[in-house]
Amino acid sequence: MPLTSEVDAALTELTREHSGRVLAILASRFGSVDLADDAVQDALVRAHDHWPAEGIPNNPPAWLMTVARRRAIDLLRRAESADRRLLASAPELMLDEDPTTPTHLVDDTHDDPAIDEQLRLMFLCCHPAIRQDAQVALTLRLVGGLTTEEIAAAFLVPTPTLAQRISRAKAKIRDAAIPLAIPDDLDTRVDVLLSTLYLVFNEGYLSRSETSAQRLDLCLEAIRLTALLSTLLPDNPEVTGLQALMAFHLARRATRFTTDGELVLLADQDRRRWDHALITRANATLHRAMSARAPGRYQVQALIASYHTNASKSDDTIWARIVGLYEQLAQMDPSPVVALNHAAAVGVAGGPTEGLALIDGIEGLDDYHLLHTTRAELLERADRSDDARDAWRRAAELATNPAERLLIERRVG
Amino acid sequence: MDYMILLHSEEADGDMPAPGSPEFEAMMGEWMAYNQRLIDGGHWIGGASLTPSGMTTTIAKTPDGATVTDGPFMETKEVMGGYYVISAADLDEAIELATAVPMPHCNIEVRPIAFRPDAD
Repeated sequence: MPLTSEVDAALTELTREHSGRVLAILASRFGSVDLADDAVQDALVRAHDHWPAEGIPNNPPAWLMTVARRRAIDLLRRAESADRRLLASAPELMLDEDPTTPTHLVDDTHDDPAIDEQLRLMFLCCHPAIRQDAQVALTLRLVGGLTTEEIAAAFLVPTPTLAQRISRAKAKIRDAAIPLAIPDDLDTRVDVLLSTLYLVFNEGYLSRSETSAQRLDLCLEAIRLTALLSTLLPDNPEVTGLQALMAFHLARRATRFTTDGELVLLADQDRRRWDHALITRANATLHRAMSARAPGRYQVQALIASYHTNASKSDDTIWARIVGLYEQLAQMDPSPVVALNHAAAVGVAGGPTEGLALIDGIEGLDDYHLLHTTRAELLERADRSDDARDAWRRAAELATNPAERLLIERRVG
Repeated sequence: MDYMILLHSEEADGDMPAPGSPEFEAMMGEWMAYNQRLIDGGHWIGGASLTPSGMTTTIAKTPDGATVTDGPFMETKEVMGGYYVISAADLDEAIELATAVPMPHCNIEVRPIAFRPDAD
């Protein structure tokens, strides 16, 4: 019998790294996201129930594909009112493929046909006929393989609310016949996709779940899907800009956590251990994006990241330039989180008092732990240690990421 | 999948071209071409242009009886001026067809039809 920890690890890997692909393939073959999702979920439940006693199969992704496909066929057979089109396509699906040859799943190259299916699935999840807050949730759930609980934690909303959001969106996909297709009006549809991809990246980069500090698999998934999108839209500067942005972030991956798992802030990271080859590539990618002379929020964010990662030591950072870029970004994306980042930059460039004044004017982020960590840092530098301690405490109440918690708890003292 | 396309717009206050004028013929030509596109594509199920909302009669019905009044149920700036019932492969096609209506300013609602007694 396998160890419980081995089963858990295998199940987690299967869910996060492979369930989205299997779902995309089944959704495309059966023409129903709902059916594919149910089948994949049922298969995962079965793995959870049976693997501890029966052992982990040799090839879990192939196992998932086989079991989920059979389950989908079962569900189809049972659904008397199933769409005739589905039934018409069923015979071909009844052919039992050899489960040891998961051609769609083991191949991680760009020739992987599952990637195309996943991109279709992403465009479906990000269809403008679906409410924006549901688009991201649906993408993370169906393409990213996150659980409803994890997404709810990431979005800071109660799980039942998020579950309802997802099920409403799935109902609309079914009842309004939103197609699983690459849209004709790619340029207008791509914005939503980019923000979704960046959210997936961020969820991986600094996970808001309580169990893991970062999930590189999600980061790489977001990067992979963005790269695929760029093969469809090679001249879209925002797609290229997002690629550069993700690369700048990823270049710092080796220095972001201590050996004890505590988060290391940008200023304290060992810059010699950054991935300088990746930074060079990111610089070239950003240059290519900006040569189109059509600025956008991903290019601006990538430019901010480039000022950080190209400074050979923290004190060399050109903060005045970064403040200016955040002001541009606020024009394009007037969100409170951008205002917070702007305030943090002003706090360094202009002084803590100036930064604190800007933070006090931000509304709607009282439950956002980074507002309180930013305040705490600036309060310390303004020699207001009692206020700083209160801010660290408030941040400690709100933070969920274990690496951030360690950092905050140490600072609370 | 069948969809209802509801066309909402501000009512034209007498700035409609007069029947017989070249402007009127041009406008009608666009509508006829649009209708023909729906028919030729196999999308046409039904459709109509409505008289101005001032012609509306509202019936408020309760188990106790019905009250008939003059005017629309809700006074709104935009009113429903017409509708189509179409058949489309999916929502994207329905959106594309709906967007092609020859009206420069309007709000168009696209709603899937749950059940049509006259269809199988």
